[in-house]
Amino acid sequence: MVAQEKKSILATLFSYRESAIFLALIILMATVTIFAPNFMSGSNLYLVSRQISFVAVVAFGELFVILTGGIDLSVGSVMGLSGVVAAGAMAGGQSIILSVLLGLATGIALGLINGLLISYVRIAPFIATLGMLSFARGVILIVTKGWPITNIPKPFLIVGQGDFLSLPIPLWVMIVLAAVAHFLLSRTAFGRRTYAIGGNEQATFLSGINVKKIKVFLYMISGLMASVVGIILIARFNSAQADTGTGWELDAIAAAVIGGTSLSGGSGSIFGVIIGAAIMGVIRNGLVLMRVSPYWQTAVIGIIIVLAAVLDRIKNK
Amino acid sequence: MSEPLLALKHISKSFPGVKALDDIDFSVQKGEVVGLLGENGAGKSTLMKIISGVYTPDSGDIFWQDKKIKLKSIMDAQEKGIAIIFQELNNCPNLSALENLFLGHEIRTSANFVDFRAMKKKAKEIFSYLDVQIPLEKPVGKLSVALQQMIEIGKALLANAKLIIMDEPTSSLTDKEVQKLFQIVKELKERGIAVIFISHKLEEVFIITDRIVVLRDGKHVGELKTSAATQDELVALMVGREMHSFFSKRTKEASDETILKIENFSGPPYIRGVSFYLRKGEILGLAGLIGAGRTELALLMIGAEQKTSGNMVLHGKEIDVRSPWQAIQHGIAYLSEDRKMKSLVLQMPVRANITMAIHSAVTGTLGMLDRKKELEVTNSFIRLLDIKTSGPEQTVNNLSGGNQQKVVLAKWLATKPSILILDEPTRGIDVHAKAEVHKIITDLADKGTSIILISSELPEIVALSDRVVVMHEGQVKSVLEKKDISQENIMSTVFSA
Repeated sequence: MVAQEKKSILATLFSYRESAIFLALIILMATVTIFAPNFMSGSNLYLVSRQISFVAVVAFGELFVILTGGIDLSVGSVMGLSGVVAAGAMAGGQSIILSVLLGLATGIALGLINGLLISYVRIAPFIATLGMLSFARGVILIVTKGWPITNIPKPFLIVGQGDFLSLPIPLWVMIVLAAVAHFLLSRTAFGRRTYAIGGNEQATFLSGINVKKIKVFLYMISGLMASVVGIILIARFNSAQADTGTGWELDAIAAAVIGGTSLSGGSGSIFGVIIGAAIMGVIRNGLVLMRVSPYWQTAVIGIIIVLAAVLDRIKNK
Repeated sequence: MSEPLLALKHISKSFPGVKALDDIDFSVQKGEVVGLLGENGAGKSTLMKIISGVYTPDSGDIFWQDKKIKLKSIMDAQEKGIAIIFQELNNCPNLSALENLFLGHEIRTSANFVDFRAMKKKAKEIFSYLDVQIPLEKPVGKLSVALQQMIEIGKALLANAKLIIMDEPTSSLTDKEVQKLFQIVKELKERGIAVIFISHKLEEVFIITDRIVVLRDGKHVGELKTSAATQDELVALMVGREMHSFFSKRTKEASDETILKIENFSGPPYIRGVSFYLRKGEILGLAGLIGAGRTELALLMIGAEQKTSGNMVLHGKEIDVRSPWQAIQHGIAYLSEDRKMKSLVLQMPVRANITMAIHSAVTGTLGMLDRKKELEVTNSFIRLLDIKTSGPEQTVNNLSGGNQQKVVLAKWLATKPSILILDEPTRGIDVHAKAEVHKIITDLADKGTSIILISSELPEIVALSDRVVVMHEGQVKSVLEKKDISQENIMSTVFSA
């Protein structure tokens, strides 16, 4: 009787999409620990978790968009430009609060443009956000001429470098945003509609739901999430760099896909995205600790992405 | 009689919930033109897809020139010499006429490059034989449908087809183009090529065919020599004469109060000047062939597509509906004809699907969905409509077609509509579920809901409707009062040119 109950709990646990990848993460961490025992050291975990937090938050935004079958390639450039705006404002003597708000507004505004182009001008998400990727990066280079912006006020640096209850602040930011995003997706009508659009856009439209408006909001959320990370990174590096965020769109999409998000829309979760980001972070860190050439990291991540997609295919059959 | 070119024996084919073909025998002689007739859903397309290798039959045998064969794919059929020209032409609109003509069968030079010169020469031969002028370099998408069809016929000739299936080839041709097509069919015939000709236009079938086969409900119900057939005879065969006692009866009459007036509606793709009215508690049938514009009209009414002109008067007040959301607010609900593609989110549970159009009613603070309210609504509909599901959390993908349809009905009933537009509400569901859906429809009308019933199943329209609007090519052809409603009247209205 007891055994049966146990089995059924296990069975329910495994019925969740995320269980398999969670298990994969545990196995991965154990393997890394065997080959590089210092993986489990407090200082290493601190660094890894902070790095994972950055990728995860950008990937949260990406998740919202991918759930409807869309894609946001501009997150890396949006991160960069938001950081430059915030850093520029701070260096120019504006208050920290106002500077941060300006940075966040930049992300939201760029997301709004993406969303309007996709919903109302009917440009394919891939193209609209590819254009934004290039445009926003170009603006960064025009504004900074390629030079970093320094003179970040000291008190602000704690956001990127400090900790609270011995956990890095960026990790706390991720936890809070994860909770909000999860609530939005799983408890509200807005979240239900987001999944519904990805599941069947036609049916959702015919059910009287304003699909276009929701999509615009989703790209704004993606822009907002990217700008949060962009702003934290200026505190982390004590400057805004012209190349911050380059290539991050790939990490964000990879985290979502490894975390079980379907690129055709309709399925995926915040928890999955966190695990996806963690798997990538642990692999990168593990390879460094095992003194594998950094060139291999990129190759291994590539293999993991495709492997995740293959597993998903098999599971859905 | 000579030996048949193609013979089908005892062919059956089922899809989930529907027996599409039931023990069909069918044959074609060399150089013969056979007409295939039947209402929407009679099984014509399924039969043609079996002959052209798209579907494999569940049981039965196919003989080609007296040899038993199996057709595993459309390529398989092409190799044997069977070509099909679909109503929706399958070509690559961006490629030139020449490239389309030789698609997949390009002539190569000795160095394995495409030999355009040889292809052009061959193309000119074929089109001069067909006696048509086709600009070979032009993208096919820029050519008229008639010319595109000629390219398809040319393709069939290139492949040395011995049998060409034409699925409603004249549906978008002008009279002159139809004459040209008929001339070509006659030439093909003289060459010994057999043609299966599917059409809804009886007069064309009379002109061009040698023999007519009629299907109804997946069964072979009649076969006539064209020279000996009459129009009445064919209509009677297509419609059948079964009794429909299993349809539910109305307990109340529709009231005289007009609830909705549609005045002079026009809009994409081809709706022109449609007017009709709808009374409280009335079931108004909307009959017509596929492509008559019934679904398109409904989409204009709910604002899913934008009308170019026309008025809508609800309860005596003119309203302007520009989106499905506004339609719902005005109490107009539309159940789409395509359950899987346009009605349900298949991977979501019954609960989420039923509450999909009433989010504002089940949403509390912070935009949170009130799960308790959702379950209340869902459970009440599971009971009311007798939806067979393991519970409100069951994914709709796992329900049978009939129960899925009930979930869609529940979604729309939850919006408490005063006008319910039902587009093919019983398509692809089994007989029992059909009867249940019919009962739901009559009960609703008895309680005062006004219903517009779009259906391609004439018995359903005839049994349930208080009045019938017959549509043809985007226009209202006539309105039949209760006493005049019969399958024969509807069909002859449609077919009267």
